[in-house]
Amino acid sequence: MKQNFGSFVKKESLHILRDKRTMLGVMLIPVMLMTLFGFAISTEVNNINVAVVASEHTDGVHDAVERLSHNEYFTFKGYISQDEIDPCLRSGKAGAVVVFASDYDRRAEQAAAGIATKPVIQLIVDASNVNTAGSATAYLQNVLLGAASQQAMFETRMLFNPQMRSAYNFVPGIMGLIFILVCAMMTSVSIVREKEVGTMEVLLVSPVRPVKIIFAKMIPYFAISCIVLVTILLLARYLLEVPMSGGVGGIFSLSLLYLALSLSLGLLVSTIATTQMAALLISAMVMMMPILMLSGMLFPIENLPEFFQVVSNIVPARWYIDAVRKMMIQGLPLVAVWKNCVILLGMTVAILGISLKKFNDKLE
Amino acid sequence: MSAIDVHSLSKSYGKVRALDGVSFAVEHGELFGLIGPDGAGKTTLFRLLTTLINPDEGSATVDGLDIEKDYLSIRKRVGYMPGRFSLYPDLSVEENLQFFAALFGVTVEESYDLIAPIYKQIEPFRTRRAGKLSGGMKQKLALSCALIHRPSVLFLDEPTTGVDAVSRSEFWDMLADLKERGITILVSTPYMDEAKRCDRIALCNEGRILGIDTPTGIVQGFDKPLYSISAKNMFALLERARREEGVEDCYPFGEKHHLVASAGFDEERFKAALADVEGVEIVSAEPTIEDMFIKLMRR
Repeated sequence: MKQNFGSFVKKESLHILRDKRTMLGVMLIPVMLMTLFGFAISTEVNNINVAVVASEHTDGVHDAVERLSHNEYFTFKGYISQDEIDPCLRSGKAGAVVVFASDYDRRAEQAAAGIATKPVIQLIVDASNVNTAGSATAYLQNVLLGAASQQAMFETRMLFNPQMRSAYNFVPGIMGLIFILVCAMMTSVSIVREKEVGTMEVLLVSPVRPVKIIFAKMIPYFAISCIVLVTILLLARYLLEVPMSGGVGGIFSLSLLYLALSLSLGLLVSTIATTQMAALLISAMVMMMPILMLSGMLFPIENLPEFFQVVSNIVPARWYIDAVRKMMIQGLPLVAVWKNCVILLGMTVAILGISLKKFNDKLE
Repeated sequence: MSAIDVHSLSKSYGKVRALDGVSFAVEHGELFGLIGPDGAGKTTLFRLLTTLINPDEGSATVDGLDIEKDYLSIRKRVGYMPGRFSLYPDLSVEENLQFFAALFGVTVEESYDLIAPIYKQIEPFRTRRAGKLSGGMKQKLALSCALIHRPSVLFLDEPTTGVDAVSRSEFWDMLADLKERGITILVSTPYMDEAKRCDRIALCNEGRILGIDTPTGIVQGFDKPLYSISAKNMFALLERARREEGVEDCYPFGEKHHLVASAGFDEERFKAALADVEGVEIVSAEPTIEDMFIKLMRR
């Protein structure tokens, strides 16, 4: 019976190759997502327009403004009056306004001498985009603190991602998402299609165990995913210039494990869904949403409410993305993320076990 | 032992009793037809016998093997063609056939002599995608695929539904040919006219078998005089005829109505009574399987 396994794989590959549109989609979506997240969507602060309110243009104020205008992230838009603050922010002429009190210099000197509290600088920031606003505030504080040179100051060093490039952050996230999309969604849809079209009935009334057919189905999708994986790694390295200092081999091996997990998830979905539409919806809603929200892809897990932090533990992508980040950006070797590997392996075995048990060789 | 033995088989889906205590036997090498409308339980019966589902009550054997205990062995021996087209539309004719051969661990060459009479007709299109074939050709391909492993029992669930009249007739010729080779065939059809091509038929309705006999035997069981009636206003005729004395039943039958008469019926008196209905004609008619079906159903 060995030779017929080959013909099952061949048949499955033919299905995929003949569905050119889907094939193209699978190959292009990763490239699209990588470019989109890598370049277009970013929380980096760039070209923030800053206006300054100061009743007296003292030396201290000058010093601060000088530092602002020399900083590549900010563009100094000039001095405005107290009344212009609101219209300025509303019209978008400025993204942030810095307000110096009239006694700024005097207070700063007294503070230096230890006879008064530190001078207060007010920052008014357009927070309609929370992410940018947050980073902008932090940057502004750093820059302005530097201006008050009399004061003791924080010295912050950004490790691993000194330029705070958001691409570094997104690449592992995209990988966590894409493999679920390609493997889980496509395998589940292709299995459910057999149920929907009716070919499953004929397959079942044959001496071949359905499990064998299912595994034959997974092989071509696994192969496609490997191509996608290589594409992503190449794009990450040469287009987005992610360092991958932990070694590509480790990332690749971990990703293979994640691929196996995604395939098992697809199998699980196929045991639940009876129509291709349902399989798509389950894959998209039940699997993608947790990845986007609870895996640390978009929001740090530490920032989630406690309940969701607990829930995030069962989202496989969380462990994968975390491990890939460590290897890609922090440059840790595979051994360092052994805990993540064990968890992912455990999940794969569990999901595969459940789906094989649920996968009936009868119609009901 | 019979090729198929069914003992009071029942199957329910929720509250719907799809199959309600069905019993019958099919002999080796017999061409047995299940005749009945949609919802008669034919597909459920096929799924039970092909081991796709388990019965709620009753038991059955196929080729001497129990459908619950020996389902894996049954799957090696039977060929199954489900009601809807269930091949891969994106694979070519040839690829479909090769895949099904691989599924049963045989090669196309090994079984070529068996499928040749059927497959030869579609062989010129072997590189065409199965989804692009005509209804009749799809059916021939499906039959070839169902035969690829030389099954001893063949299950064909409504194989001629959605197929043109010529192809349907050809298909029944092929079945007769396969029967000659000793294959037991259980076939279902909603078309009464196809029933006479079977050795024996079972009339089914709403999960029950109403009667089993040879097609001639079934017709002979119709022991009442039968008439074919027509008039200008067929609906009014139906309404009136049903109220007449000596009329046991009257129902539309093609372009005419069929009238089942009881002992006291008289043609002339019937015509006289319906004098006000324009253009009434009444002639004696030969009962068909459909008439018997209606009679059994009304009982």
